[in-house]
Amino acid sequence: MALFDAVLELADDHLVLGHRLSEWCGHAPMLEEDLAMPNMALDLIGTARTLYDHAGRLEGAGRDEDALAYTRGEREYRNLLLVERPNGDFAHTMLRQLYFAAFMEPYWQAALSSSDSVIAGVAGKAVKEMAYHIRHAGEWVIRLGDGTEESARRMQAAVDALHPYAEELFEAGAETGVLPSREAVRPAWEASIARIFDEAGLRAPSVAYPQTGGRQGLHGEALGPMLAEMQALHRAHPGATW
Amino acid sequence: MVAAARAWEAASAVPDPEVPCVTVADLGILRSVEIEGGVAVARVTPTYSGCPATLAIELAIEAALRDAGFEARIERVLSPAWTTDWITPEGRDKLRAYGIAPPEGPAGKAALFSVPEVTCPRCGSRDTTRISEFGSTACKAQYQCRACAEPFDYFKCL
Ligand SMILES: [Zn+2]
Repeated sequence: MALFDAVLELADDHLVLGHRLSEWCGHAPMLEEDLAMPNMALDLIGTARTLYDHAGRLEGAGRDEDALAYTRGEREYRNLLLVERPNGDFAHTMLRQLYFAAFMEPYWQAALSSSDSVIAGVAGKAVKEMAYHIRHAGEWVIRLGDGTEESARRMQAAVDALHPYAEELFEAGAETGVLPSREAVRPAWEASIARIFDEAGLRAPSVAYPQTGGRQGLHGEALGPMLAEMQALHRAHPGATW
Repeated sequence: MVAAARAWEAASAVPDPEVPCVTVADLGILRSVEIEGGVAVARVTPTYSGCPATLAIELAIEAALRDAGFEARIERVLSPAWTTDWITPEGRDKLRAYGIAPPEGPAGKAALFSVPEVTCPRCGSRDTTRISEFGSTACKAQYQCRACAEPFDYFKCL
C-alpha cells in the first residue's frame, strides 16, 4: 500500500492547490490573471483526477476519483501544509505557486522514466505545465519583489510567512520503487528559488521550526472549511449522477 | 474498404469541439483506431491535464464509430504525452485559414519574461504583440498584429 499512499499524497497536493487557485476566479486583480489562475487550477485538478483514478485502482477497494476527493475528511487528507494555506494577497498566492511548481517540475522530470506507465504519462503532461507555472509565478514574484516599496514589502511578507512550509516538500515517504526521491529534487528547487529571489531582491528567512504534519493528516485550521465547501454538494447528494 | 480503414475514416473526421476547423486527427489527439475482437478501439491522448474538452472528444469519437456501424471503445493513452508538435501540416494550414496562428517552433521550455514571436495568420506579418497569455480556451493566447491591426488567437506551443 506504500504506492497507494504516495499517489494519494500527490493527488491531494494537486487537488487542494487547484481548489485554492480556483477560489480566485472572479476575484483576480486583473482580467488576464482571472483567466490565468483558473487555467492553472485546471492543470492541477486534471493531474489530481488521473492520480486519484490510479490510486483507486491500486487500492482495489472500489473507490473512484470522486469517492477519494469528496468523501474523505480532513484527517484523511495527506496534502502538504503549503498547498492548503489560504490565498492571502496575490503575493502569497504567487509565492505558494512558485514553491510548489519549482518542486514539481524537476520531480516530474525524474518521474518520466518511471516503470509505472500512469505515473510516467502524468509526468509527461505535468512537466510542461509546471514549467509554465514556474514561469508565470516566477515573473510575478520578480515583478512584485522588484517593484514598488509596497509590493516589495508584501512579497517579502509572503516569503516570511510561507518559507517555514517549504521543508515539507522534501519529506520522504515510504519507498515505492516507482516514484522519484523527493530529497533528490532539493538542489533543483533551491537553485530555482535562489535565482528568482536574487532577481526579485527577496531574502529567504532561516527557519528554526519547519511546519510539517500534512502527510500524517495533521492540518492547519484552514483546510477543514475549504473541504467543507468543496465537498458540500457531493455529500448532500451522495451517488447522484449528472 | 477494410474495417480498420473505415473506422479510422469515421473517427478521424470528428472535429475538435473547441477548434472545430480541425479534426482530432489533424491535432494528433487520435493516435490509432484498430479492430480488436470485432470492436473498434480508438486510442486518444488528451491535450492538457485538465482540458475540459477531453470527455467531449472521446464521446464524439465513440458516437462517430457507432454511426459508422461499429461497436466502439475509447482508450485514453497518457504516454507519450501530447505535444503541439503532433499537429499535422494540414492541421496547421487549416488553423491559419481559420484565423488562428499555429504553434511556432518545437515545444520546449520558455525562459522567464520571454514572449514567442508569432506570425499574423491574416497578413503574414511578424510584427505582432501579445495581448493576453490566455484566450478563448486554455490552449490559446491572444495576439494583435501591428501591421494589419487584426487581433487573433495563437495556439500555444506545448
Ligand atoms: Zn496582420
